[in-house]
Amino acid sequence: MSERVPVTQAALARPPGGQRRRRGLLRTYLTPKQAIPRRIVFGLGIGSFVVILASWSLASVLINSDLFAPSPARVWTSWVDMILHRSFLSDVGWSSFRIIGGFLIAAVMAVPLGLLMGSFEVVRSFFQPPINFIRYMPASAFIPLLILLIGLDENEKLIVIWIGVFFQLVLMVMDIAHRVPDEMLNVAYTLGASRWKVFYKVFLPATFPEVVDALRITMGWAWTYLIVAEIVSAERGIGSFILVSERYLRSDRIIAAIITIGILGLITDAVIAAIHRRAFPYVEKVHA
Amino acid sequence: MSEIRFVDVAMRFPTRRGEVRALEQISLTVPDGQFACIVGPSGCGKSTLLNVAAGLVTPTEGEVLVDGKLADSPGPDRGMVFQSYSLYPWLSVQRNIEFGLEVKGTPKPERTRQSSELIRLMKLDGFAEAYPKALSGGMKQRVAIARALANDPQVLLMDEPFGALDALTRQIMQELLTDLWQRYRKTVLFVTHDIDEAIFLGDVIYIMTNRPGRIRTTLAVDLPRPRTFDMVGGSRFAELRSQVVGVIHEESMKAVESELARA
Repeated sequence: MSERVPVTQAALARPPGGQRRRRGLLRTYLTPKQAIPRRIVFGLGIGSFVVILASWSLASVLINSDLFAPSPARVWTSWVDMILHRSFLSDVGWSSFRIIGGFLIAAVMAVPLGLLMGSFEVVRSFFQPPINFIRYMPASAFIPLLILLIGLDENEKLIVIWIGVFFQLVLMVMDIAHRVPDEMLNVAYTLGASRWKVFYKVFLPATFPEVVDALRITMGWAWTYLIVAEIVSAERGIGSFILVSERYLRSDRIIAAIITIGILGLITDAVIAAIHRRAFPYVEKVHA
Repeated sequence: MSEIRFVDVAMRFPTRRGEVRALEQISLTVPDGQFACIVGPSGCGKSTLLNVAAGLVTPTEGEVLVDGKLADSPGPDRGMVFQSYSLYPWLSVQRNIEFGLEVKGTPKPERTRQSSELIRLMKLDGFAEAYPKALSGGMKQRVAIARALANDPQVLLMDEPFGALDALTRQIMQELLTDLWQRYRKTVLFVTHDIDEAIFLGDVIYIMTNRPGRIRTTLAVDLPRPRTFDMVGGSRFAELRSQVVGVIHEESMKAVESELARA
Protein backbone atom coordinates (compact mmCIF):
# COMPACT_ATOMS: atom_id res chain seq x y z
CA MET A 1 0.00 0.00 0.00
CA SER A 2 2.15 2.83 -1.14
CA GLU A 3 -0.17 4.43 -3.68
CA ARG A 4 -3.38 5.91 -2.35
CA VAL A 5 -3.95 8.35 -5.17
CA PRO A 6 -6.03 6.89 -7.99
CA VAL A 7 -3.72 5.81 -10.80
CA THR A 8 -5.34 7.92 -13.48
CA GLN A 9 -5.23 11.07 -11.42
CA ALA A 10 -1.61 10.49 -10.44
CA ALA A 11 -0.66 9.91 -14.05
CA LEU A 12 -2.30 13.15 -15.14
CA ALA A 13 -0.60 15.17 -12.46
CA ARG A 14 2.82 14.15 -13.72
CA PRO A 15 4.46 15.22 -16.95
CA PRO A 16 5.26 12.26 -19.17
CA GLY A 17 8.87 11.15 -19.22
CA GLY A 18 11.26 11.73 -16.33
CA GLN A 19 10.72 11.68 -12.55
CA ARG A 20 8.03 9.05 -12.69
CA ARG A 21 8.33 7.59 -9.20
CA ARG A 22 9.06 10.77 -7.29
CA ARG A 23 6.32 12.30 -5.27
CA GLY A 24 6.33 15.50 -3.28
CA LEU A 25 7.59 15.40 0.30
CA LEU A 26 4.25 16.67 1.53
CA ARG A 27 2.36 13.94 -0.23
CA THR A 28 4.75 11.26 0.99
CA TYR A 29 4.79 12.25 4.64
CA LEU A 30 1.54 14.07 5.27
CA THR A 31 -1.12 11.94 3.64
CA PRO A 32 -3.41 10.84 6.48
CA LYS A 33 -2.82 7.23 7.58
CA GLN A 34 -0.25 6.70 4.83
CA ALA A 35 2.65 4.46 5.85
CA ILE A 36 6.13 6.00 5.78
CA PRO A 37 9.46 4.18 5.32
CA ARG A 38 10.57 2.14 8.32
CA ARG A 39 13.90 3.87 8.79
CA ILE A 40 12.06 7.20 8.99
CA VAL A 41 9.77 5.75 11.68
CA PHE A 42 12.84 4.61 13.59
CA GLY A 43 14.68 7.89 13.09
CA LEU A 44 11.72 9.98 14.30
CA GLY A 45 11.42 7.78 17.40
CA ILE A 46 15.07 8.32 18.31
CA GLY A 47 14.79 11.97 17.29
CA SER A 48 12.10 12.71 19.89
CA PHE A 49 14.47 11.55 22.66
CA VAL A 50 17.27 13.65 21.21
CA VAL A 51 15.00 16.70 21.19
CA ILE A 52 13.95 16.09 24.80
CA LEU A 53 17.54 15.66 25.99
CA ALA A 54 18.71 18.71 24.05
CA SER A 55 15.99 21.00 25.40
CA TRP A 56 16.59 19.64 28.89
CA SER A 57 20.34 20.37 28.60
CA LEU A 58 19.68 23.81 27.20
CA ALA A 59 17.24 24.60 30.01
CA SER A 60 19.74 23.48 32.64
CA VAL A 61 22.44 25.68 31.10
CA LEU A 62 20.12 28.70 30.95
CA ILE A 63 18.60 28.29 34.39
CA ASN A 64 21.90 27.20 35.89
CA SER A 65 20.52 25.81 39.12
CA ASP A 66 21.11 22.26 40.37
CA LEU A 67 17.88 22.45 42.32
CA PHE A 68 15.50 23.78 39.66
CA ALA A 69 17.11 22.32 36.55
CA PRO A 70 19.66 19.59 37.15
CA SER A 71 21.40 18.71 33.89
CA PRO A 72 21.02 15.27 32.24
CA ALA A 73 24.67 14.58 33.09
CA ARG A 74 24.11 15.37 36.75
CA VAL A 75 21.02 13.13 36.89
CA TRP A 76 23.06 10.36 35.30
CA THR A 77 25.89 10.69 37.85
CA SER A 78 23.37 10.76 40.69
CA TRP A 79 21.73 7.67 39.32
CA VAL A 80 25.02 5.79 39.27
CA ASP A 81 25.76 7.08 42.77
CA MET A 82 22.30 6.02 43.97
CA ILE A 83 22.87 2.51 42.75
CA LEU A 84 26.43 2.20 44.03
CA HIS A 85 26.23 4.02 47.36
CA ARG A 86 22.63 4.72 48.33
CA SER A 87 21.28 1.15 48.04
CA PHE A 88 18.72 2.41 45.53
CA LEU A 89 18.46 -1.09 44.06
CA SER A 90 17.12 -2.34 47.36
CA ASP A 91 14.39 0.31 47.13
CA VAL A 92 13.67 -0.82 43.58
CA GLY A 93 13.50 -4.37 44.88
CA TRP A 94 11.01 -3.46 47.60
CA SER A 95 8.78 -1.59 45.19
CA SER A 96 8.92 -4.38 42.62
CA PHE A 97 8.08 -6.94 45.30
CA ARG A 98 5.04 -4.91 46.37
CA ILE A 99 3.92 -4.39 42.78
CA ILE A 100 4.21 -8.05 41.90
CA GLY A 101 2.55 -9.15 45.14
CA GLY A 102 -0.34 -6.70 45.02
CA PHE A 103 -0.83 -7.15 41.32
CA LEU A 104 -0.84 -10.94 41.50
CA ILE A 105 -3.37 -10.98 44.32
CA ALA A 106 -5.60 -8.58 42.40
CA ALA A 107 -5.24 -10.49 39.12
CA VAL A 108 -5.87 -13.89 40.69
CA MET A 109 -9.12 -12.56 42.11
CA ALA A 110 -10.20 -10.26 39.28
CA VAL A 111 -9.72 -12.55 36.27
CA PRO A 112 -11.95 -15.42 37.45
CA LEU A 113 -14.59 -13.07 38.79
CA GLY A 114 -14.53 -11.02 35.57
CA LEU A 115 -14.91 -14.15 33.47
CA LEU A 116 -17.83 -15.30 35.59
CA MET A 117 -19.45 -11.88 35.39
CA GLY A 118 -19.02 -11.84 31.63
CA SER A 119 -20.64 -15.22 31.18
CA PHE A 120 -23.36 -15.41 33.82
CA GLU A 121 -25.92 -12.69 34.10
CA VAL A 122 -26.65 -13.79 37.65
CA VAL A 123 -23.10 -13.06 38.74
CA ARG A 124 -22.90 -9.84 36.73
CA SER A 125 -26.14 -8.41 38.13
CA PHE A 126 -24.92 -9.03 41.65
CA PHE A 127 -21.35 -7.72 41.43
CA GLN A 128 -21.40 -5.03 38.77
CA PRO A 129 -23.22 -2.21 40.59
CA PRO A 130 -20.89 -2.04 43.63
CA ILE A 131 -17.75 -2.56 41.54
CA ASN A 132 -18.79 0.15 39.12
CA PHE A 133 -19.30 2.44 42.09
CA ILE A 134 -16.06 1.66 43.89
CA ARG A 135 -13.96 1.97 40.78
CA TYR A 136 -14.60 5.70 40.75
CA MET A 137 -13.08 6.02 44.20
CA PRO A 138 -9.37 6.74 43.75
CA ALA A 139 -7.18 4.09 45.36
CA SER A 140 -4.97 6.82 46.80
CA ALA A 141 -7.90 8.23 48.77
CA PHE A 142 -8.03 4.98 50.72
CA ILE A 143 -4.44 5.33 51.97
CA PRO A 144 -5.18 7.36 55.15
CA LEU A 145 -8.06 5.05 55.99
CA LEU A 146 -5.90 1.97 55.51
CA ILE A 147 -3.14 3.44 57.66
CA LEU A 148 -5.73 4.08 60.36
CA LEU A 149 -7.16 0.59 60.14
CA ILE A 150 -4.13 -1.63 59.54
CA GLY A 151 -1.09 0.54 60.09
CA LEU A 152 1.99 1.12 58.02
CA ASP A 153 3.09 -2.42 57.22
CA GLU A 154 3.34 -4.17 53.86
CA ASN A 155 -0.32 -5.16 53.90
CA GLU A 156 -1.28 -1.54 53.56
CA LYS A 157 0.73 -1.17 50.31
CA LEU A 158 -0.57 -4.41 48.89
CA ILE A 159 -4.16 -3.40 49.61
CA VAL A 160 -3.70 -0.01 47.95
CA ILE A 161 -2.43 -1.71 44.79
CA TRP A 162 -5.21 -4.25 45.07
CA ILE A 163 -7.87 -1.54 45.25
CA GLY A 164 -6.32 0.28 42.31
CA VAL A 165 -6.08 -2.79 40.10
CA PHE A 166 -8.85 -5.16 41.12
CA PHE A 167 -11.93 -3.08 40.39
CA GLN A 168 -10.68 -1.87 37.01
CA LEU A 169 -9.44 -5.27 35.94
CA VAL A 170 -12.66 -7.06 36.87
CA LEU A 171 -14.67 -4.83 34.58
CA MET A 172 -12.17 -5.10 31.72
CA VAL A 173 -12.15 -8.89 31.94
CA MET A 174 -15.94 -8.90 32.16
CA ASP A 175 -16.16 -6.97 28.90
CA ILE A 176 -13.71 -9.32 27.23
CA ALA A 177 -15.72 -12.34 28.32
CA HIS A 178 -18.93 -10.67 27.25
CA ARG A 179 -17.55 -10.05 23.75
CA VAL A 180 -16.86 -13.73 23.00
CA PRO A 181 -19.17 -14.30 20.02
CA ASP A 182 -22.22 -16.45 20.82
CA GLU A 183 -21.76 -18.31 17.56
CA MET A 184 -18.36 -19.55 18.67
CA LEU A 185 -20.03 -21.23 21.63
CA ASN A 186 -23.07 -22.34 19.64
CA VAL A 187 -20.90 -24.13 17.09
CA ALA A 188 -19.31 -26.10 19.92
CA TYR A 189 -22.75 -27.13 21.20
CA THR A 190 -23.78 -28.33 17.75
CA LEU A 191 -20.54 -30.32 17.62
CA GLY A 192 -21.64 -32.17 20.71
CA ALA A 193 -19.71 -30.34 23.43
CA SER A 194 -21.19 -30.24 26.91
CA ARG A 195 -21.55 -26.91 28.71
CA TRP A 196 -18.43 -27.62 30.73
CA LYS A 197 -16.42 -28.45 27.60
CA VAL A 198 -17.71 -25.34 25.86
CA PHE A 199 -16.51 -23.38 28.87
CA TYR A 200 -12.94 -24.63 29.05
CA LYS A 201 -12.32 -25.63 25.44
CA VAL A 202 -13.89 -22.59 23.76
CA PHE A 203 -14.85 -19.82 26.14
CA LEU A 204 -11.62 -19.68 28.16
CA PRO A 205 -9.16 -19.87 25.25
CA ALA A 206 -11.22 -17.26 23.41
CA THR A 207 -10.60 -14.77 26.23
CA PHE A 208 -6.91 -15.47 27.00
CA PRO A 209 -5.11 -13.09 24.60
CA GLU A 210 -7.20 -10.10 25.57
CA VAL A 211 -6.98 -10.91 29.27
CA VAL A 212 -3.19 -10.78 29.02
CA ASP A 213 -3.52 -7.41 27.28
CA ALA A 214 -5.71 -6.18 30.12
CA LEU A 215 -3.12 -7.36 32.66
CA ARG A 216 -0.47 -5.42 30.79
CA ILE A 217 -2.47 -2.22 30.91
CA THR A 218 -3.45 -2.47 34.58
CA MET A 219 0.14 -3.32 35.55
CA GLY A 220 1.06 0.24 34.55
CA TRP A 221 -1.61 1.69 36.81
CA ALA A 222 -0.35 -0.37 39.72
CA TRP A 223 2.91 1.62 39.71
CA THR A 224 1.06 4.91 40.17
CA TYR A 225 -0.81 3.70 43.23
CA LEU A 226 2.26 2.12 44.77
CA ILE A 227 4.40 5.23 44.50
CA VAL A 228 1.67 7.33 46.11
CA ALA A 229 1.38 4.80 48.92
CA GLU A 230 5.13 4.79 49.43
CA ILE A 231 5.40 8.56 49.43
CA VAL A 232 2.73 8.77 52.09
CA SER A 233 4.18 6.12 54.34
CA ALA A 234 7.10 3.84 53.78
CA GLU A 235 10.55 3.15 55.10
CA ARG A 236 11.76 1.66 51.85
CA GLY A 237 10.80 1.70 48.19
CA ILE A 238 11.20 4.10 45.29
CA GLY A 239 8.42 6.31 46.62
CA SER A 240 10.06 6.77 49.99
CA PHE A 241 13.40 7.38 48.28
CA ILE A 242 11.73 10.19 46.34
CA LEU A 243 10.31 11.67 49.54
CA VAL A 244 13.68 11.60 51.31
CA SER A 245 15.36 13.19 48.27
CA GLU A 246 12.83 15.99 48.42
CA ARG A 247 13.77 16.73 52.04
CA TYR A 248 17.39 17.09 50.96
CA LEU A 249 16.43 19.22 47.96
CA ARG A 250 17.88 16.65 45.57
CA SER A 251 15.72 17.10 42.46
CA ASP A 252 18.36 15.22 40.45
CA ARG A 253 17.74 12.08 42.49
CA ILE A 254 13.99 12.48 42.21
CA ILE A 255 14.25 12.71 38.44
CA ALA A 256 16.58 9.70 38.31
CA ALA A 257 14.09 7.70 40.43
CA ILE A 258 11.16 8.68 38.22
CA ILE A 259 13.08 7.70 35.09
CA THR A 260 13.88 4.36 36.75
CA ILE A 261 10.16 3.70 37.19
CA GLY A 262 9.65 4.48 33.51
CA ILE A 263 12.34 2.00 32.56
CA LEU A 264 10.88 -0.68 34.84
CA GLY A 265 7.53 -0.07 33.20
CA LEU A 266 9.02 -0.46 29.73
CA ILE A 267 10.73 -3.71 30.74
CA THR A 268 7.55 -5.23 32.23
CA ASP A 269 5.62 -4.19 29.15
CA ALA A 270 8.18 -5.74 26.82
CA VAL A 271 8.23 -8.97 28.84
CA ILE A 272 4.44 -9.31 28.81
CA ALA A 273 4.34 -8.43 25.09
CA ALA A 274 6.94 -11.13 24.37
CA ILE A 275 4.96 -13.68 26.39
CA HIS A 276 1.87 -12.64 24.44
CA ARG A 277 3.60 -13.24 21.11
CA ARG A 278 4.92 -16.63 22.19
CA ALA A 279 1.71 -17.84 23.81
CA PHE A 280 -0.76 -16.56 21.23
CA PRO A 281 0.87 -16.83 17.78
CA TYR A 282 -2.58 -17.13 16.24
CA VAL A 283 -3.78 -13.64 17.14
CA GLU A 284 -4.20 -11.37 14.16
CA LYS A 285 -1.85 -8.41 14.44
CA VAL A 286 -3.77 -5.17 14.30
CA HIS A 287 -0.56 -3.25 13.50
CA ALA A 288 1.78 -2.43 16.32
CA MET B 1 -32.84 -42.54 7.30
CA SER B 2 -32.64 -39.14 8.91
CA GLU B 3 -35.36 -36.62 8.37
CA ILE B 4 -36.00 -33.37 10.16
CA ARG B 5 -39.56 -32.32 10.84
CA PHE B 6 -40.96 -29.02 12.11
CA VAL B 7 -44.35 -29.37 13.77
CA ASP B 8 -46.35 -26.14 14.17
CA VAL B 9 -43.32 -24.15 15.26
CA ALA B 10 -43.97 -20.61 16.41
CA MET B 11 -41.52 -18.18 17.90
CA ARG B 12 -42.37 -14.98 19.71
CA PHE B 13 -39.98 -12.59 21.45
CA PRO B 14 -41.12 -10.18 24.11
CA THR B 15 -39.68 -6.70 23.54
CA ARG B 16 -40.27 -3.32 25.09
CA ARG B 17 -42.61 -2.37 22.27
CA GLY B 18 -44.69 -5.48 22.64
CA GLU B 19 -44.35 -8.98 21.33
CA VAL B 20 -42.49 -9.69 18.11
CA ARG B 21 -43.80 -12.66 16.20
CA ALA B 22 -40.80 -14.08 14.39
CA LEU B 23 -42.18 -17.41 13.24
CA GLU B 24 -45.73 -18.62 12.87
CA GLN B 25 -47.13 -22.06 12.07
CA ILE B 26 -44.04 -23.53 10.52
CA SER B 27 -44.65 -27.13 9.56
CA LEU B 28 -42.33 -28.80 7.11
CA THR B 29 -40.48 -32.04 6.68
CA VAL B 30 -37.11 -32.45 5.05
CA PRO B 31 -36.87 -36.13 4.15
CA ASP B 32 -33.68 -38.15 4.31
CA GLY B 33 -30.99 -36.95 1.93
CA GLN B 34 -32.91 -33.93 0.69
CA PHE B 35 -31.29 -30.56 0.12
CA ALA B 36 -33.86 -28.01 1.25
CA CYS B 37 -33.34 -24.28 0.87
CA ILE B 38 -35.16 -21.58 2.75
CA VAL B 39 -35.30 -18.14 1.16
CA GLY B 40 -37.12 -15.05 2.21
CA PRO B 41 -36.77 -11.31 2.76
CA SER B 42 -34.28 -10.25 5.38
CA GLY B 43 -35.65 -10.27 8.89
CA CYS B 44 -38.24 -12.94 8.07
CA GLY B 45 -36.95 -15.31 10.71
CA LYS B 46 -34.96 -17.70 8.48
CA SER B 47 -32.05 -17.78 10.88
CA THR B 48 -34.35 -18.16 13.87
CA LEU B 49 -35.84 -21.19 12.18
CA LEU B 50 -32.39 -22.70 11.81
CA ASN B 51 -31.50 -21.94 15.41
CA VAL B 52 -34.69 -23.68 16.49
CA ALA B 53 -33.67 -26.70 14.41
CA ALA B 54 -30.23 -26.68 16.00
CA GLY B 55 -31.82 -26.59 19.44
CA LEU B 56 -30.06 -23.33 20.26
CA VAL B 57 -33.36 -21.58 20.97
CA THR B 58 -36.57 -23.10 22.24
CA PRO B 59 -39.65 -22.32 20.16
CA THR B 60 -42.61 -20.72 21.89
CA GLU B 61 -44.86 -23.36 20.37
CA GLY B 62 -44.38 -26.58 18.48
CA GLU B 63 -41.37 -28.82 18.20
CA VAL B 64 -38.63 -30.09 15.95
CA LEU B 65 -38.13 -33.81 15.47
CA VAL B 66 -35.10 -35.52 14.02
CA ASP B 67 -36.05 -39.08 13.05
CA GLY B 68 -39.02 -38.74 15.33
CA LYS B 69 -36.93 -37.77 18.33
CA LEU B 70 -37.51 -34.42 19.97
CA ALA B 71 -34.61 -32.06 19.22
CA ASP B 72 -34.91 -29.51 22.01
CA SER B 73 -31.22 -29.03 22.74
CA PRO B 74 -28.17 -28.84 20.51
CA GLY B 75 -26.49 -32.10 19.65
CA PRO B 76 -23.93 -33.58 17.28
CA ASP B 77 -26.70 -35.07 15.14
CA ARG B 78 -27.37 -31.57 13.75
CA GLY B 79 -24.20 -29.89 12.51
CA MET B 80 -24.29 -26.18 11.93
CA VAL B 81 -22.37 -23.81 9.66
CA PHE B 82 -22.64 -20.07 10.25
CA GLN B 83 -22.01 -17.17 7.90
CA SER B 84 -19.32 -15.86 10.24
CA TYR B 85 -17.28 -19.11 9.95
CA SER B 86 -16.81 -19.10 13.75
CA LEU B 87 -13.56 -21.04 13.58
CA TYR B 88 -11.49 -21.27 16.71
CA PRO B 89 -8.54 -18.95 16.05
CA TRP B 90 -6.28 -20.73 18.56
CA LEU B 91 -6.61 -24.11 16.82
CA SER B 92 -4.92 -25.14 13.60
CA VAL B 93 -7.05 -26.02 10.59
CA GLN B 94 -6.66 -29.69 11.40
CA ARG B 95 -7.61 -29.30 15.04
CA ASN B 96 -10.57 -27.11 14.13
CA ILE B 97 -11.85 -29.90 11.89
CA GLU B 98 -11.22 -32.48 14.61
CA PHE B 99 -12.97 -30.48 17.31
CA GLY B 100 -16.18 -32.50 17.34
CA LEU B 101 -14.28 -35.79 17.23
CA GLU B 102 -12.07 -34.69 20.08
CA VAL B 103 -15.10 -33.75 22.17
CA LYS B 104 -16.57 -37.16 21.41
CA GLY B 105 -13.36 -38.86 22.53
CA THR B 106 -12.41 -40.38 19.18
CA PRO B 107 -8.87 -41.80 19.38
CA LYS B 108 -6.18 -39.72 17.74
CA PRO B 109 -5.26 -41.96 14.79
CA GLU B 110 -8.89 -42.10 13.73
CA ARG B 111 -9.24 -38.33 14.12
CA THR B 112 -6.18 -37.72 12.00
CA ARG B 113 -7.43 -40.13 9.34
CA GLN B 114 -10.77 -38.35 9.07
CA SER B 115 -9.40 -34.83 9.17
CA SER B 116 -6.76 -35.51 6.52
CA GLU B 117 -9.41 -36.97 4.26
CA LEU B 118 -11.58 -33.88 4.70
CA ILE B 119 -8.59 -31.58 4.21
CA ARG B 120 -7.96 -33.24 0.86
CA LEU B 121 -11.62 -33.18 -0.09
CA MET B 122 -11.96 -29.50 0.83
CA LYS B 123 -8.82 -28.58 -1.12
CA LEU B 124 -7.05 -27.37 1.99
CA ASP B 125 -3.90 -29.40 1.35
CA GLY B 126 -0.83 -27.80 2.91
CA PHE B 127 -2.89 -25.78 5.39
CA ALA B 128 -3.42 -28.44 8.05
CA GLU B 129 -1.08 -26.71 10.48
CA ALA B 130 -2.11 -23.15 9.58
CA TYR B 131 -4.10 -20.95 11.93
CA PRO B 132 -7.39 -19.51 10.65
CA LYS B 133 -5.88 -16.01 10.45
CA ALA B 134 -3.82 -17.18 7.47
CA LEU B 135 -6.88 -18.28 5.48
CA SER B 136 -9.10 -16.48 2.99
CA GLY B 137 -12.84 -16.27 3.60
CA GLY B 138 -13.58 -19.16 1.24
CA MET B 139 -10.98 -21.34 2.90
CA LYS B 140 -12.30 -20.49 6.36
CA GLN B 141 -15.76 -21.55 5.32
CA ARG B 142 -14.39 -24.80 3.85
CA VAL B 143 -12.81 -25.51 7.23
CA ALA B 144 -16.11 -24.75 8.95
CA ILE B 145 -17.97 -27.13 6.62
CA ALA B 146 -15.31 -29.80 7.12
CA ARG B 147 -15.63 -29.35 10.87
CA ALA B 148 -19.37 -29.94 10.66
CA LEU B 149 -18.97 -32.95 8.33
CA ALA B 150 -16.25 -34.57 10.44
CA ASN B 151 -18.85 -35.18 13.09
CA ASP B 152 -20.97 -37.12 10.59
CA PRO B 153 -24.22 -35.32 11.52
CA GLN B 154 -27.59 -36.63 10.39
CA VAL B 155 -28.70 -33.15 9.37
CA LEU B 156 -26.56 -30.25 8.20
CA LEU B 157 -27.92 -26.80 9.03
CA MET B 158 -26.37 -23.95 7.06
CA ASP B 159 -27.11 -20.31 7.86
CA GLU B 160 -26.19 -18.18 4.83
CA PRO B 161 -22.78 -19.84 4.79
CA PHE B 162 -21.57 -18.05 1.66
CA GLY B 163 -23.14 -14.69 2.45
CA ALA B 164 -19.85 -13.02 3.35
CA LEU B 165 -17.93 -14.27 0.30
CA ASP B 166 -17.32 -12.45 -2.95
CA ALA B 167 -19.33 -13.55 -5.99
CA LEU B 168 -16.57 -15.66 -7.59
CA THR B 169 -15.66 -17.49 -4.40
CA ARG B 170 -19.33 -18.06 -3.70
CA GLN B 171 -19.79 -19.83 -7.05
CA ILE B 172 -16.84 -22.10 -6.37
CA MET B 173 -18.16 -22.89 -2.91
CA GLN B 174 -21.60 -23.69 -4.30
CA GLU B 175 -20.09 -26.15 -6.75
CA LEU B 176 -18.00 -27.69 -4.00
CA LEU B 177 -21.04 -28.03 -1.76
CA THR B 178 -23.18 -29.64 -4.42
CA ASP B 179 -20.35 -32.14 -5.08
CA LEU B 180 -20.09 -32.86 -1.38
CA TRP B 181 -23.81 -33.40 -1.12
CA GLN B 182 -23.65 -35.76 -4.09
CA ARG B 183 -21.02 -37.71 -2.16
CA TYR B 184 -22.45 -37.75 1.37
CA ARG B 185 -26.20 -37.36 0.68
CA LYS B 186 -26.80 -35.58 3.95
CA THR B 187 -30.13 -34.04 4.79
CA VAL B 188 -29.44 -30.33 4.43
CA LEU B 189 -31.41 -27.30 5.54
CA PHE B 190 -29.84 -24.28 3.87
CA VAL B 191 -30.87 -20.70 4.58
CA THR B 192 -30.01 -18.01 2.03
CA HIS B 193 -31.31 -14.82 0.50
CA ASP B 194 -29.52 -15.56 -2.78
CA ILE B 195 -32.17 -16.93 -5.14
CA ASP B 196 -29.73 -18.39 -7.68
CA GLU B 197 -27.91 -20.14 -4.89
CA ALA B 198 -31.14 -21.71 -3.64
CA ILE B 199 -32.11 -22.94 -7.10
CA PHE B 200 -28.63 -24.23 -7.90
CA LEU B 201 -28.28 -26.18 -4.67
CA GLY B 202 -31.77 -27.18 -3.59
CA ASP B 203 -34.14 -30.04 -4.28
CA VAL B 204 -36.86 -27.93 -2.83
CA ILE B 205 -37.17 -24.25 -1.96
CA TYR B 206 -39.30 -22.93 0.87
CA ILE B 207 -40.13 -19.28 0.42
CA MET B 208 -40.90 -17.51 3.66
CA THR B 209 -43.19 -14.57 4.21
CA ASN B 210 -42.32 -11.33 5.84
CA ARG B 211 -42.58 -11.24 9.62
CA PRO B 212 -44.18 -13.16 11.15
CA GLY B 213 -42.33 -15.74 9.09
CA ARG B 214 -44.51 -18.41 7.58
CA ILE B 215 -43.83 -20.82 4.74
CA ARG B 216 -45.59 -19.12 1.88
CA THR B 217 -44.67 -21.29 -1.09
CA THR B 218 -42.92 -24.58 -1.59
CA LEU B 219 -41.20 -25.04 -4.90
CA ALA B 220 -39.66 -28.27 -6.17
CA VAL B 221 -36.50 -27.70 -8.17
CA ASP B 222 -36.65 -30.18 -11.02
CA LEU B 223 -33.18 -29.53 -12.41
CA PRO B 224 -31.30 -32.78 -12.96
CA ARG B 225 -28.46 -33.91 -10.70
CA PRO B 226 -25.56 -33.73 -10.52
CA ARG B 227 -25.84 -29.98 -10.91
CA THR B 228 -23.25 -28.12 -12.93
CA PHE B 229 -22.73 -24.46 -13.31
CA ASP B 230 -23.81 -24.25 -16.94
CA MET B 231 -27.38 -24.93 -15.74
CA VAL B 232 -27.50 -21.45 -14.28
CA GLY B 233 -27.73 -20.08 -17.81
CA GLY B 234 -30.44 -22.56 -18.87
CA SER B 235 -34.07 -21.75 -19.58
CA ARG B 236 -35.51 -23.96 -16.82
CA PHE B 237 -33.27 -22.16 -14.34
CA ALA B 238 -34.56 -18.81 -15.60
CA GLU B 239 -38.19 -19.94 -15.20
CA LEU B 240 -37.61 -21.09 -11.66
CA ARG B 241 -35.79 -17.87 -10.88
CA SER B 242 -38.63 -15.68 -12.09
CA GLN B 243 -41.11 -17.69 -10.02
CA VAL B 244 -39.07 -17.23 -6.87
CA VAL B 245 -38.30 -13.59 -7.61
CA GLY B 246 -42.01 -12.87 -8.08
CA VAL B 247 -42.97 -14.28 -4.70
CA ILE B 248 -40.04 -12.72 -2.88
CA HIS B 249 -40.62 -9.33 -4.43
CA GLU B 250 -44.20 -9.33 -3.23
CA GLU B 251 -43.04 -10.21 0.26
CA SER B 252 -40.30 -7.60 0.28
CA MET B 253 -42.81 -4.95 -0.74
CA LYS B 254 -45.01 -5.98 2.17
CA ALA B 255 -42.02 -5.70 4.45
CA VAL B 256 -41.30 -2.15 3.27
CA GLU B 257 -44.95 -1.18 3.65
CA SER B 258 -45.22 -2.54 7.17
CA GLU B 259 -42.05 -0.69 8.12
CA LEU B 260 -43.52 2.51 6.73
CA ALA B 261 -46.77 1.89 8.59
CA ARG B 262 -44.85 1.47 11.83
CA ALA B 263 -42.84 4.65 11.33
